[in-house]
Amino acid sequence: MVCWWAISDIPMNWFIDAQIMEQRTGYLSDKSNLWLELSKKLSVRDWRNHLCNQYFGSKVRGTWWRKLLFLWVAGWLLGSLWIFWFMNSQAVEKRRETLASMCDERARMLQDQFNVSMNHLQALAILISTFHHAKEPSAVDQITFSRYAERTAFERPLTSGVAYAVKVLHSEREQFEKQQGWRIKRMDSTEQSPAWEEDADLVNEETSRVQGEYAPVIFAQDTYKHVISFDMLTGKEDCENILRARESGKGVLTAPFRLLKIKKTGGYSDICSLQVRLTSNATPAERIQAAIGYLGGIFDVEALVDKLLHQLSSKHSIIVNVYDTTNPDEPISMYGSNMTGTGICHISTLNFGDPVRKHEMHCRFKQKPPLPWLAITTSIGTLVIALLVGYIFHATVSRIAKVEDDYRQMMELKKRAEAADVAKSQFLATVSHEIRTPMNGVLGMLQMLMDTDLDITQEDYVRTAQASGKALVSLINEVLDQAKIESGKLELEAVPFDLRAVLDDILSLFYGKAQEKGLELAVYVSDQVPEILVGDHGRIRQIITNLIGNSIKFTERGHIYLTVHLIKEVMTSLDMETEAHSTNTLSGFTVADRRRSWERFEICKLELPGSDPYLSSTTSDLINLIISVEDTGVGIPLEAQSRVFTPFMQVGPSISRIHGGTGIGLSISKCLVGLMKGEIGFVSEPQIGSTFTFTVVLSRACTTSNEYKSSEFHGMNALVVDHRPARAKVTKYHLQRLGINAILEIDPNQVLARLTSGGLTTNMVLIEKETWSKGNSIWPSIISRLKDDQLDIPKVLLLANPSSSVKNNSTNSMEYISTIITKPLRASMLQVSLRRAMGCGDGEPSRNGRPPQLSLHSLLHEKQILVVDDNIVNLRVAAGALKKYGAEVTCADNGKKAISMLKPPHKFDACFMDIQMPEMDGFEATKRIRKMEADTNNQIKHGEVSVETFGNVLHWHVPILAMTADVIQATHEQCLRCGMDGYVSKPFEGEQLYREVTRFEATKRIRKMEADTNNQIKHGEVSVETFGNVLHWHVPILAMTADVIQATHEQCLRCGMDGYVSKPFEGEQLYREVTRFFKTVTKKNQ
Amino acid sequence: MESDRLQKIYIDFASVVFREEFLDNQYTQLQQLQDESEPKFVLQVGTLFLEDSEKLLNGLRSILDQQDVDFEKLDACVRKLMGSSASIGAKRVKNVCMAFHNSCKNGSKEGCLKCLQQVAQEYLLVKRKLETLFKLEKQILAAGGSVPVLSQ
Repeated sequence: MVCWWAISDIPMNWFIDAQIMEQRTGYLSDKSNLWLELSKKLSVRDWRNHLCNQYFGSKVRGTWWRKLLFLWVAGWLLGSLWIFWFMNSQAVEKRRETLASMCDERARMLQDQFNVSMNHLQALAILISTFHHAKEPSAVDQITFSRYAERTAFERPLTSGVAYAVKVLHSEREQFEKQQGWRIKRMDSTEQSPAWEEDADLVNEETSRVQGEYAPVIFAQDTYKHVISFDMLTGKEDCENILRARESGKGVLTAPFRLLKIKKTGGYSDICSLQVRLTSNATPAERIQAAIGYLGGIFDVEALVDKLLHQLSSKHSIIVNVYDTTNPDEPISMYGSNMTGTGICHISTLNFGDPVRKHEMHCRFKQKPPLPWLAITTSIGTLVIALLVGYIFHATVSRIAKVEDDYRQMMELKKRAEAADVAKSQFLATVSHEIRTPMNGVLGMLQMLMDTDLDITQEDYVRTAQASGKALVSLINEVLDQAKIESGKLELEAVPFDLRAVLDDILSLFYGKAQEKGLELAVYVSDQVPEILVGDHGRIRQIITNLIGNSIKFTERGHIYLTVHLIKEVMTSLDMETEAHSTNTLSGFTVADRRRSWERFEICKLELPGSDPYLSSTTSDLINLIISVEDTGVGIPLEAQSRVFTPFMQVGPSISRIHGGTGIGLSISKCLVGLMKGEIGFVSEPQIGSTFTFTVVLSRACTTSNEYKSSEFHGMNALVVDHRPARAKVTKYHLQRLGINAILEIDPNQVLARLTSGGLTTNMVLIEKETWSKGNSIWPSIISRLKDDQLDIPKVLLLANPSSSVKNNSTNSMEYISTIITKPLRASMLQVSLRRAMGCGDGEPSRNGRPPQLSLHSLLHEKQILVVDDNIVNLRVAAGALKKYGAEVTCADNGKKAISMLKPPHKFDACFMDIQMPEMDGFEATKRIRKMEADTNNQIKHGEVSVETFGNVLHWHVPILAMTADVIQATHEQCLRCGMDGYVSKPFEGEQLYREVTRFEATKRIRKMEADTNNQIKHGEVSVETFGNVLHWHVPILAMTADVIQATHEQCLRCGMDGYVSKPFEGEQLYREVTRFFKTVTKKNQ
Repeated sequence: MESDRLQKIYIDFASVVFREEFLDNQYTQLQQLQDESEPKFVLQVGTLFLEDSEKLLNGLRSILDQQDVDFEKLDACVRKLMGSSASIGAKRVKNVCMAFHNSCKNGSKEGCLKCLQQVAQEYLLVKRKLETLFKLEKQILAAGGSVPVLSQ
């Protein structure tokens, strides 16, 4: 059993630890080394994976496990056979042992029984010696002996008969025969068997021959009475026995013989010599001498064995044979049948006390050995388990293979699905782009259609169509965004940007809408927010635009207020703001408490408890911004507030009908805020307003320069008069951005005091229109007082809402006001307005060393420009450059086309012409154009054609700028000679372009102004007195230029200049020019 | 990141191109003109330039192949090439064109032929540079980066 377990252990363990199995199987394989190494390296799981990859990855390795399986099964088949053999041999061994022990037991018992019988014979001998030989006359006669023998037969169960022969010497024969009354007979010489054969006595009853001595039987048991008087020494074998017995003094055995008469199959005669008074160490000769008679007994071995076997219960289980093997070649069977038992045979040696005679007992099992069921079941069981394990292995392996296949299939499908997904996204992107492009066309056309003469119904239709189109485009954009966010493809940029500028842009975007609705739109950025932040401004813009868009949609009155703070700032100022909050708002309407909108933000919870986090956040480069959009709109119904950020959810079905939109914007905003590691929340009170607040995490950029701060207003002081502090704060913020120190004043009555008392000179006073209207009566007095007091009175600027209701109001006091600044305030717009008001130079755009792109942009914006060049590359570049500045560019590739296009009337504001062109070069073309224009102008002048036909333009002169790659001066001169207005060298440079375009702008404007005035004077529209009694205004303008080119001079003159002096000044030239034009002036004035 | 690596390669390559004066400031100006509305402006102009120049070079060759060289026609061609090379900022081509132009003026056929050879060579060189730049730009865009704006 131990063995079985040892073997069965292995397959059991296989389940537990694949490594062992693997090692085991490794012995079978050629790759055992590899396997062992692998098993060391890899854990079970890794091994499995490895197995998967290594052995099921390819077909070649796929067969490997089949071999393994086969070896496994074959090995276990052999193993089970061995188990069977082993167990079977064990059983056989045990059987053999059982047999041996049984056999030995029987032999021992037989021996014992035999010895007991022998002892009795001895006892009988002693009896005879005592009562027959020791007594004179003998106390024993035949009758006594036989009776005694008969009676004591129970003690010798094996001895069927006893007889006593006495030793008679020849000398005593006569006397003995006489005494006995019979003659000593001899046994038949031919007789082979001992004298005990009963049939022999009748035949051979003749007298014994003369011998030295005789051993006639004198007593015998009744059964053997007939042997009396026979001389035992005459029997050949008996004689030997008697002699041997006499010699040894012990009992000896004859060879077994058959007892025919009593039908006994086997017997033994034992002859025991009777010796009288002998010491134990007597020599054989002494023993022979001392012998007086011989006692013989017949042993019935068969009976003995039978009886013995009867005594042992298991008699029937074995067959016992007893042999006399004195002559080993011819063993004499003493007991047992001749039938040979099957299988094993055990031989036990029997010792009956006669060393000459050898006996053996052969034992065999009667039955065939039973089938070794245990061995069979065990081996079969092992085999079955091994097969099961093999099957499990096979199943596992095929399962793995199947899974592997499935996996591969899945991967394939996954790839396909991904490809499909990509295709879908691409399709979506393409389609949306494709939709947007024609939609832009549609929208543009609708816009143009609206500009045409339409009746009210048509206009309504067009407007509706346009609104729908816009909604569709924005929907497409939003859906794209949503899809991008959902698929995680939306990536945020990290670029430095100016948040304030972005907010200004957003404000200008909503300017129109706010104006329509009469809403006040304001932005405030805390000064703690760095100038330049790093983040995705596009997405921030998107969120804010979305929030403001929503606010504008749902707000009918009041304001929308966008504030940006640092989170820590908000947290610290939380307490201060609370008390005044409800009334102190931008437009005076109450708003929802915006602090509640960020109540639930994680970041607030983080930062609220102590001041430590602030310290850490200030040192790091991360900026936590909190941006709020506050409105005074209708608010969100309480029941809808929970699903505000769910995509495509709107407050109600009516909302989308009234306000449009998809309801996706807030959801996108939420996602975007999430991407920027921020949170979004809101608070809304129906009919009061909503405030949306979100936080974003941006990083600080290193640069801090601000273009506005270095502006010309730096260091100026401004007084902001507004009775609403919240609104004043916004104004102050914008002024500060321009570097202006702003002082707030709530009470208009204090303004004068402020202005006069302080040591500071106030450069400007900004008055909120509402405040102005309120204290309408005060202002004139204040201003007049100011005028009296000071020479340098501050400029008064009015901050007006774009709403029309206020506009007509208080026009009576308007004369005191330099400029009205229309809100919403934006830095750029404020700068321009202030510049205008303060009168500081507006003509030097490149002041800060920045390229004048903005100004160029405004100059060229929407101007129709014709570009003529035969070189398509140049054409393309020029067109691109001009388009960049917002111009509408038309291209022509030769001079002739240009001429036909520039034939009055035409729409072009300027023409850029290449000089070198085949067929007709730029000079020629310009000449012709100029001629054409001159003709037209003449015709108009002379009334030959109506002005109307030529678009009400009296004087046609399209500015033509030459484009040339030539740097040769001659060309330049030539350009001007041909009637061109200037030239730009190819390729374009923004600055040069600007210079050329604006070159004579100032002079032109002055001259135009003068011309207008002169005309008015001429026609008596204004009195000459007002204009200083000058009838004809013409201020001499002298160009100053470093240019030495003559052509410039001509150009100067053409623009209305009176001359030019070259830099550096030369006294003589200066004198000449000045005198020249002063003459002219005098002439003109006359 | 891949785009960063490509951008670095791009900048390295471009700076070599600029240092060796294959391209000049004008090219960067063109890049600045490129924006959302015309995302492939430089590529388009560049391709246009390459195609156009190829034609012009062929034209120049055919003119010079003739027995009696029409120098005026030749000069017009050269100027055209000069103009477009100036537009794209192909400085070396432009410089050779100027020499070519002078040769035309002088009526020296030998000088013209020499110049033609030079122009053709310079054209091939700048073509290769431009193509490499465009390829890099494309790769950068494909890798999700943005083409770095070059500056002198």
